[in-house]
Amino acid sequence: MAAPDSPAPNAQGRARPLSPHLQVYRWQVQMVTSILHRATGMALCVGMLAMVWGLLALAAGEERLAALAACAGSPLGMLVLFGFSWALAFHLINGVRHLVQDAGHGFAIPDFVRSSWISAIGSVALVAVAWAIVLVRWGQS
Amino acid sequence: MNTGSGKDFRTPLKRAVGLGSAKDGTGHFIWQRITAIVLVLCGMYLLGLLFGMVGAEYPFARATVADPLNATFLIAFLVAAFWHAKLGLQVIIEDYVHTPLLAGVAHIANIFVCALAAIAGVLAVLRIVLQGV
Repeated sequence: MAAPDSPAPNAQGRARPLSPHLQVYRWQVQMVTSILHRATGMALCVGMLAMVWGLLALAAGEERLAALAACAGSPLGMLVLFGFSWALAFHLINGVRHLVQDAGHGFAIPDFVRSSWISAIGSVALVAVAWAIVLVRWGQS
Repeated sequence: MNTGSGKDFRTPLKRAVGLGSAKDGTGHFIWQRITAIVLVLCGMYLLGLLFGMVGAEYPFARATVADPLNATFLIAFLVAAFWHAKLGLQVIIEDYVHTPLLAGVAHIANIFVCALAAIAGVLAVLRIVLQGV
């Protein structure tokens, strides 16, 4: 009844072999995008809670929103905002990549590698463009 | 689960028959994709709104959310996002939490937090829409 990955000793008293995990593989970009998709998904769950916090503050009144804006405008707040924006950009692009793959396209290994790089580099480019727009508009206002 | 070693010569099918269905079949997969498509479409729309709100004062931000079309997309986004989050976190719990009690608690906490956050977000939007600017 033991779980397949439990290191319970066998009759000879030796630990059973475990199935190979991440550490035995050479790193490839597809592994990175796969892991990052899950990691950014978890980060975005926290980000969504922050978004609800923002909506509650907006509904509660100007003072509450000002308090939140002060929080978000602090150096730590800006760092978190920047992190969330990249997580969103990556999960968005890589999510569309997954939808394309779900439709049955891009399964050849070269396509798979290329689309992984598009997710990785595209997300960085998207965040750079987004923050550039925000900062330019901020300067104008 | 008997893994086939020992004296059990039954096939996996024979062992599964009679235990009942898992009830929702491919529902998890399909809803994860449907909510993903909703999030891409509504997300783009809301990002456009957000860029328009940079540096804006409080009344403008409130008026933006109070607009019926914007509020509709915002509520659709909130419901789809927390539904999508619940499905994704469920898979993560299934993958990494193997203790039955802890897994059960984690699954219930996931459902409660996602549902409550979605309700709170929708109520906040409705409050702004109904109160007006």
